[in-house]
Amino acid sequence: MPEMLKVQNLSVRLGQKQIIENLSFSVDEGHWLMIAGPNGAGKSTAVRAITRGVDYSGEILFNGHDIRRKKAVELARCIGALAQANPVSYAFTVEEVVSLGRYSHTPGPFSFSLRREREQQKFSSETTRTPEADMVEYALDLTGMTPLRRRSVLTLSGGELQRTFLAQVLAQDPSLLLLDEPTNHLDLLYQKQVFELIGEWIKIPGKAVVSVIHDLSLAKAYGTEVLLMDHGKSVALGAAGDVLTPEFLKRVYRMDVCEWMKKMLSQWT
Amino acid sequence: MKPGKEHFSAPLYLLFTLVSIGIFCLCVCTGSVQIPPKDTIRLIWDAVCAQIHGFISHTRPVLPSGTTASILLSVRIPRVLCTALTGASLSLAGAAMQGLLKNPLADGSTLGVSSGAALGAVCAIAFGITFPALPFAGTMVTAVIFAFLSLLIILGLSYKLDYSLSTNTIILIGVIFSMITSSLMSIVITFAADRVQHITFWTMGSLQGSGYPDALVLLFSLVFFGGAIFLHGRELNAFAVGEENARHIGVNVRRVRLIILIAVSGLIGVCVSIGGNIGFVGLVTPHMLRMLTGPNHRRLLPASLFGGACFLMLADLAARTMLSPRELNVGIVTSLTGAIVFILIFCHTRRGK
Repeated sequence: MPEMLKVQNLSVRLGQKQIIENLSFSVDEGHWLMIAGPNGAGKSTAVRAITRGVDYSGEILFNGHDIRRKKAVELARCIGALAQANPVSYAFTVEEVVSLGRYSHTPGPFSFSLRREREQQKFSSETTRTPEADMVEYALDLTGMTPLRRRSVLTLSGGELQRTFLAQVLAQDPSLLLLDEPTNHLDLLYQKQVFELIGEWIKIPGKAVVSVIHDLSLAKAYGTEVLLMDHGKSVALGAAGDVLTPEFLKRVYRMDVCEWMKKMLSQWT
Repeated sequence: MKPGKEHFSAPLYLLFTLVSIGIFCLCVCTGSVQIPPKDTIRLIWDAVCAQIHGFISHTRPVLPSGTTASILLSVRIPRVLCTALTGASLSLAGAAMQGLLKNPLADGSTLGVSSGAALGAVCAIAFGITFPALPFAGTMVTAVIFAFLSLLIILGLSYKLDYSLSTNTIILIGVIFSMITSSLMSIVITFAADRVQHITFWTMGSLQGSGYPDALVLLFSLVFFGGAIFLHGRELNAFAVGEENARHIGVNVRRVRLIILIAVSGLIGVCVSIGGNIGFVGLVTPHMLRMLTGPNHRRLLPASLFGGACFLMLADLAARTMLSPRELNVGIVTSLTGAIVFILIFCHTRRGK
């Protein structure tokens, strides 16, 4: 059984600048990989490469298949992503935005293969089928957006908007969830809610999470593995406890991170 | 999501159709010669019956004769038909573009695509680019190609300057681009004054003197290009939420964008080659309808079709009757209303920030 996600010798070059150089890592089922490092280390770009948002060299395999060989809808059925920020400019309702998450699962006018698959499923097993509306309801419930479902996304606060898009990606029902600083700019209550929610979600069999994160305490608390990056290269990769050590952090952040965090926390006692 | 919730219900379609037919009849009746509605309907009925009879019995149809009949059948009806189809096409193109670019101010006229198409049409006429089999296809094909090239140039430049494609960048580039194409067009017209129609036709647009063949061409382009847009309603919703989000949920961003851009160029190119540059139709109607239907393209696109047809028919009516017996170009009426709506949207979005 191959790893769910295997990234081998990933390199990304934008214009003259080498953003990522020879990055390799892998994620197994049930694991939560945290990617940490200073600004400009190439963390977000690594995540964008996995959604095919940038051109890259090297190999990204999902369950042993090259993601470049997959169609966009096929990829979206396996890999979902939540962006750092989602500015909106039209008055879609929360429910409409969340329902868009089902796009890759609903047959369009030309997706004959998916429609055939649906027909077969209908005949084979009535129970394993997850109807479209149910997934949307489930995602709205899980993120606590059900009371706001009829609201226009233009009227939501930053936290509510981010929760809407989290609901969308949960409705998409991917095996691998990619999060790019999901709680950036958002308050502590929201951070707690999101991390607890995803901590529960990852317990469903066949799921894995990769997230870019700035808060090292959160990374240590929730991550099973940590990838520490600097200048587009991997500095350390391994279990959270082995990577988030004073020595490694000092090397990457060029300051004594642990001392600083201890000092910050000691104010409260 | 339950079906029918996202789409329109049948009664609503019926209402739209009835309103459109009502406005159609009003436009056909009114003009320098008033024709009572009763006579209008009887004449149309007679003509349709004669056509059907002629078709069944394989004889030449005996159409109703007389001055009223000829005004109605050979002048007013084709003109109003063309107006309705042009309005529908332009407003559909506008709605699609506003969704694709996530920008409520995008439209053929604000981006400069219409001027690009007009330049293409003028060049084709001035340099005599024609296809022997189809007399006016030369103008049309060049207009469509120029429209597509304009879109590529404008969007390419915008992407280069500002990857997020913000409203300001795209509108600014559109304005500059339409200035350039307008001046190039003036140069071409100056040198080929004997062949090309008056410049106001190309800058302000008019559907005066359009006939049944024009209506047929417009109908074909609407079915073909408009159909392509209709089939991508869900993808347009995804683009309207955000391009990155569209990629995340599995939309083939590049392919869909290319299809929509080609369809929009097709619609605008054909409209411009027949009616000249009728501005702001694609800006006004989708914007107003979005207040009624919400931004969901499954509802917005059909509404734009009907709304655009009604809006342009009424604008054409106003252009014909306001200063009767003199006739204004329809583009003057639409540009006036469009400019006001443009300012309103701009103020609204600025205040929102």
